[in-house]
Amino acid sequence: MRLRFILAEVLNGLRRNSTMALSVVLVTFVSLTFVGAAALFQLQLGELKASWYGKVEVTIGLCPDNARSTQCAAGPVTEDQEQQIRTLLEEGAVSNLVKKVYFETKEEAFENYKKLDIQGIADLLTADQMQPSFRVKLNDPEQFQVVSDAVAGLPGVDYVQDQREIFSQLFKLLNAATLVAAALAGVMLLAAGLLITTTIRLSALSRRRETTIMRMVGSSRTLIQAPFMLEGAVAATLGALFAVGTLYAAVRYVVGDWLKSSVSWVPYVSQADVMAVAPYLVGIAVALAAAASVMTLGKYTRA
Amino acid sequence: MIRFDNVSKVYARGAKPALDDVSVEIERGDFVFLVGSSGSGKSTFLKLILREERPTTGDVYVAGRHLNRLSSWRVPQLRREIGAVFQDFRLLPNKTVYQNVAFALQVIGKKRHVINSAVPEILDLVGLGGKEKRLPHELSGGEQQRVAIARAFVNHPPILLCDEPTGNLDPGTSIGIMRLLDRINRTGTTVLMATHDDDIVDQMRKRVIELRGGEMVRDQDRGVYGMERV
Repeated sequence: MRLRFILAEVLNGLRRNSTMALSVVLVTFVSLTFVGAAALFQLQLGELKASWYGKVEVTIGLCPDNARSTQCAAGPVTEDQEQQIRTLLEEGAVSNLVKKVYFETKEEAFENYKKLDIQGIADLLTADQMQPSFRVKLNDPEQFQVVSDAVAGLPGVDYVQDQREIFSQLFKLLNAATLVAAALAGVMLLAAGLLITTTIRLSALSRRRETTIMRMVGSSRTLIQAPFMLEGAVAATLGALFAVGTLYAAVRYVVGDWLKSSVSWVPYVSQADVMAVAPYLVGIAVALAAAASVMTLGKYTRA
Repeated sequence: MIRFDNVSKVYARGAKPALDDVSVEIERGDFVFLVGSSGSGKSTFLKLILREERPTTGDVYVAGRHLNRLSSWRVPQLRREIGAVFQDFRLLPNKTVYQNVAFALQVIGKKRHVINSAVPEILDLVGLGGKEKRLPHELSGGEQQRVAIARAFVNHPPILLCDEPTGNLDPGTSIGIMRLLDRINRTGTTVLMATHDDDIVDQMRKRVIELRGGEMVRDQDRGVYGMERV
């Protein structure tokens, strides 16, 4: 009886207040889409970092034959110096950070360069103009600075380069984009919260007659307030579900079908990630509605 | 059934009290008129019984409960033992007579079969048998007040509070309402009626409690409305 009464009241309230309910649905929908998109973006960044950082290396450029930099004023790297650097990396102070060391001779560098060369510049070059280098893979790419400090300045070393630097600008940009999305989402969530508050308030006011009588004849406060709370919660949850649906479709069709076929060498977020984010979105919606109820109902349906 | 011990109620600090040191006892089955001009404290008196307000000082006992100590989640239980009728009827305009009365039972979680038997019975008692499907605006004022009384009494509470129940009705109709309240009183229900209607008070010759400026100035068995006419 009571459950049926509450459900009937909820439906009744949503119908009577349909424009407000619809606006709650839409605002929570848009704001939670932003929240979800920001979350998925972060997950995507995590995927990228995991996959790219696994591939990046530290490059230790050794002094070539005709070096101009001050580090190489003493001339090209000697075999002794080369051996010293190798020993430091493989057995010295930083060997525990190092996973693997490759040595790339200038001939190999020239071959590799030719492979990448599109404009035909390689034809104008010789192997002697290339720079020999160590390619060092670290156990933890974040430990670059330690290795760099240990190697930089050694005789025969021209420069030490962290390939992560190439990505870090990109990641900074993407992070900033996420922050902007999150900030927008925050503002939208605030708007959604206020809108839910207004909706509940209007609903409570428009049914004041009923609630007054209910109080008078002794219905419990739960029964008086539950319909209004549920109204807000239902509308907000509906918005959250729309947001999840949108994100799911976006990941499936935009990322899954389109991006994956055009840029295939990057790992992407999947529908599973959307489903992992979904409970949080619904949770936020419900929490928002609950907070709005607590702020409103005490005043309008007091016992 | 209802007892006030030295009850005072002050709404705003420093203001004149709405009720000033009132002590009174109303027994089970009493029929009591609460009279006094506007602002004399009648409404506050009723609100204290319904625990819409708490006394500033003094103790209020209703239906065996000490209201000062009643926690707010037990208030609904208290209100199920008090029927309330108002001057403005307070019916739901989009519900039929039957639904209006049934609503009071639905919202306190009564079973459907209980409602199905209790509502027609009470509508017969208040003389509205056959008008179950009417909407409030299709009824006369007196009939609307009968619906309100039916709603207040359908759960057979031991106390019935009436706040100016005849205030919007013509004298002839009012008499009918008073007969109904008298009938309800004879079932053992305590009836407390706040009123301005001197004719009714004079005719009924029941106990009269008079408030003036928040003080109880009279408590008289078989009284009349104005003291000056005693």
